[in-house]
Amino acid sequence: MEEKQIHDDLASIRSLMERSSKFISLSGLSGILAGIYALVGAALAYYFVYYDIPDELNPYKHFPNEFNSLKSDTPRIVTGLFYGGDRWAQTAALLIIASLVLIASLCTGIFLSIRKANRKGQPIWSNTSRLLLFNMAIPLMSGGALVLVHLFRGHYGLIAPSCLVFYGLSLVAASNFTFTDVKYLGLSEIFIGLIAACLPGYGLLFWAIGFGVLHIVYGSMMYFKYDR
Amino acid sequence: MKVPFEKLDKAFENRLRLQIMSVLMVNDRYDFNSLKELLDTTDGNLASHLKGLEKEEYILVHKTFLGRKPNTTYEATEKGKIAFKQHLDALEKLIKQQKSN
Repeated sequence: MEEKQIHDDLASIRSLMERSSKFISLSGLSGILAGIYALVGAALAYYFVYYDIPDELNPYKHFPNEFNSLKSDTPRIVTGLFYGGDRWAQTAALLIIASLVLIASLCTGIFLSIRKANRKGQPIWSNTSRLLLFNMAIPLMSGGALVLVHLFRGHYGLIAPSCLVFYGLSLVAASNFTFTDVKYLGLSEIFIGLIAACLPGYGLLFWAIGFGVLHIVYGSMMYFKYDR
Repeated sequence: MKVPFEKLDKAFENRLRLQIMSVLMVNDRYDFNSLKELLDTTDGNLASHLKGLEKEEYILVHKTFLGRKPNTTYEATEKGKIAFKQHLDALEKLIKQQKSN
């Protein structure tokens, strides 16, 4: 047996073990973009849900206007749609924003993965991507259902922590089938989610850190590591 | 210096068989069509080498139906996994010897 042939055998074994068990068409760029969508979504949610505090409930109402962004005579652009601090209107606004962020992130992720898979000549719908999606779906669906329950029962304080913890769990579950960076992203999401649960009232801030900042950080890391 | 060729597993002499085993080492189950796509080979070629590995009892064959379509999946046996590891060890030794020669 030639040395060249042994080396070829070993190289092919190594590449097959990785290609058959890991979904490597995941694009770092989709993480960056998902992070940006999440930050925009968080800004919109802040505007709709936190902004519409009636003057009599505003703890800062005695402060002058220029220091008081919560006072309702500051100009509004779109609040007409969900105005009034109505719980159901706010719930609807949150649901719409969250769904838009989710749909935009999913579409970007799918589109960029297909593009990367095509460029590398790998199948997008393989054994591995099926396993990845299946393993991710279990914690994600349970978390999604729980978040909806929180939302309709008015447990707003638990929405952000639940989103973050369950999303983190789904990433850890998915990480067996793709880059290990995904596992660390998942663990960070769980960590941020638990902190958010300890600090009620800052849900949106932690949501923005977890889904916005962390995605951008890990997305860029993966982009520089694997995409170039 | 004697090269331990006899340590190399005859069942893995063919590149495709080695590749099939590598896939089954890291995946619990793998189906025929996915293997064919991954290894970029033909039905007949893949089937005959799978049969060879089955005869050595290195893999298990599971036949099920997805609706009306037959779906065959493969799984590495304990014996197959040990044989594969020994084969890799032997390859490693060969490389080391050739380097020191």
